[in-house]
Amino acid sequence: MKNYLFGLLAFALFATVLTSCSKDGDDTTTDLTGTGSVTLEFDHRAGDASLVFGANYRTANGDTVKFSTFNYFVSNFVFVKSDGTEYTVPKDECYFLVKHDDAESREVTISGIPAGDYNEVKFIIGVDSAKSVSPVDQRKGVLDPAAGASGMYWAWNSGYIFVKVEGTSPQAPLNSSTGERTIEYHTGLFGGMTSKTLNNIKEVELHSHDEAAKVRKDTKPHFHIYVDILEMFTSPTNIDVFDNPTSHAGPYSEIVANNYADMFILDHIHN
Amino acid sequence: MNTFNKIFCLLFAVLLFASCKKDDPVVVPEDVKFTVPSNFPAPTYSFSSNEITQSGFELGRRLFYDPIFSRDSSISCGDCHISYSAFSHVDHITSHGINGLLGKRNAPAVQNMAWRTSFFWDGGVPLLDLVPLNAIQNPVEMDEVPANVVRKLNRSSVYPAMFKKAFPGLDTISGADMLKALSQFMNMLVSANSRYDHYVRGESGGTLSADELAGLALFKAKCSTCHATDLFTDQSFRNNGILSDFTLDKCRYEVSTFPDDIGKFAVPSLRNVERTPPYMHNGKFKTLEAVLNHYTSGVKDTPSLDPLLKQNGQLGIPLTDIEKQQIIAFLKTLTDESFSTDPRFQHP
Repeated sequence: MKNYLFGLLAFALFATVLTSCSKDGDDTTTDLTGTGSVTLEFDHRAGDASLVFGANYRTANGDTVKFSTFNYFVSNFVFVKSDGTEYTVPKDECYFLVKHDDAESREVTISGIPAGDYNEVKFIIGVDSAKSVSPVDQRKGVLDPAAGASGMYWAWNSGYIFVKVEGTSPQAPLNSSTGERTIEYHTGLFGGMTSKTLNNIKEVELHSHDEAAKVRKDTKPHFHIYVDILEMFTSPTNIDVFDNPTSHAGPYSEIVANNYADMFILDHIHN
Repeated sequence: MNTFNKIFCLLFAVLLFASCKKDDPVVVPEDVKFTVPSNFPAPTYSFSSNEITQSGFELGRRLFYDPIFSRDSSISCGDCHISYSAFSHVDHITSHGINGLLGKRNAPAVQNMAWRTSFFWDGGVPLLDLVPLNAIQNPVEMDEVPANVVRKLNRSSVYPAMFKKAFPGLDTISGADMLKALSQFMNMLVSANSRYDHYVRGESGGTLSADELAGLALFKAKCSTCHATDLFTDQSFRNNGILSDFTLDKCRYEVSTFPDDIGKFAVPSLRNVERTPPYMHNGKFKTLEAVLNHYTSGVKDTPSLDPLLKQNGQLGIPLTDIEKQQIIAFLKTLTDESFSTDPRFQHP
């Protein structure tokens, strides 16, 4: 009973937080008409372990790293059925800022998905270029640049920071402004509007080879997604935190983005 | 008249007096109509999402001159963008921001913003609405957090009512509306009434002297590829040979990350150029003579140098002393006195 109440409370809270993306379906039919919703859980990992801020991890390069910030945008969701038909979530409904230190943000619900069996989800890491240059009043909440977009925005090189990783490493050089052996990787750049820039938007496709997400009016399948922060430090290029302790809107950001492009892994789907 | 009405009238009179300087004419709605000068191309700004209104413009004007944007309320937009110099910072190589800290590049003119395809010397900002965020957040300019400015505006005794009037239907001031109001003011800063404009549109007062006409012909032949159209810029990024080493400021490269962009800066408009010394991103030249001397004999050869400045293996643009004087005479016909002194654009 207690659990049930807690669950109800959690759900109510969730529905409030994600009003832009949730429509509750209390219908109990199981036919393939109507729409349903799915939950995506972003389970942050550091290699084989769960990510804990302040704990030591070892990168592929052999550096010891400790994290204090891990934020990223995911957006432009597409769900694919086993027969290849796709459902593109209306873009404006689903821009999510996931922050490791905000547990609620690590679980997102997307509703309005036509009933069906989906075994693939596609999305981008970051914010698409159209949104990056859209009028300011069309960017609400986490996207509002005038509200600082939660520290995920560059005003001098207009655009969102797609992935923000900060921490320290004894192998990193002493940073004169922080007085610490800081590591700091802020990656953005959407390709520019009238004049071209580097484009670090990365597409992710997560495919399930066994269970499909059975989206129905009365079900809420769950995509359990691992996000391994250490993947940002390797494949295709090992990052040496002594040589490259920081990266912002420079050419090195391309290497960082290519590394983190494969940090999302679909662990399983459960219905 | 009851006491309430009397107090109200008195209050109104005080407010009116307080908000208007003696020589400040009452602004009527027609005054804030945005029109495209017939010699200009189509504007790039999306007016459909932010139409200029009287109250929005008035609000933007007040914001433009309000130091509320800086962390310690010491610097307003208008401090470094002064109407006399086409809203640039005349006689300042770079501008001093908060605590007297100096900026990295020469403050650009704020004029004909509605036609721009990108903003700042490095083109880092593609939309006018996003321009103020850069100055607000820059640690050597206003060093403030936009969300804090919005909080300060909401706490102010005058702004909530002004915003409500300009953007009806809102209970609290939003950052987006703050930026839209500033854009309304900046979009009205159109300079298209110089003697050259009158000449090119065949209007009265559009007489150019023989030297000025000769300068115009030379300008068209030798300068107008980059300083193109009647906006006097093609809005591209080019290395004009200003430095032999760009280690300290790689400019466009810092935004795009493409090595070919090292040392490329946005081509500035030449409107009101007489009023906007010093010249170039680093304020290297104090006079127009020095600028033209640079183009004839001062161009530095680096890998990203614009090919137009190295034709047939020859650096720079060949010009005689007389030709230089004629070009300068022409450039001075781009001075728009009515723009710089327009009472609608002054400190309210």
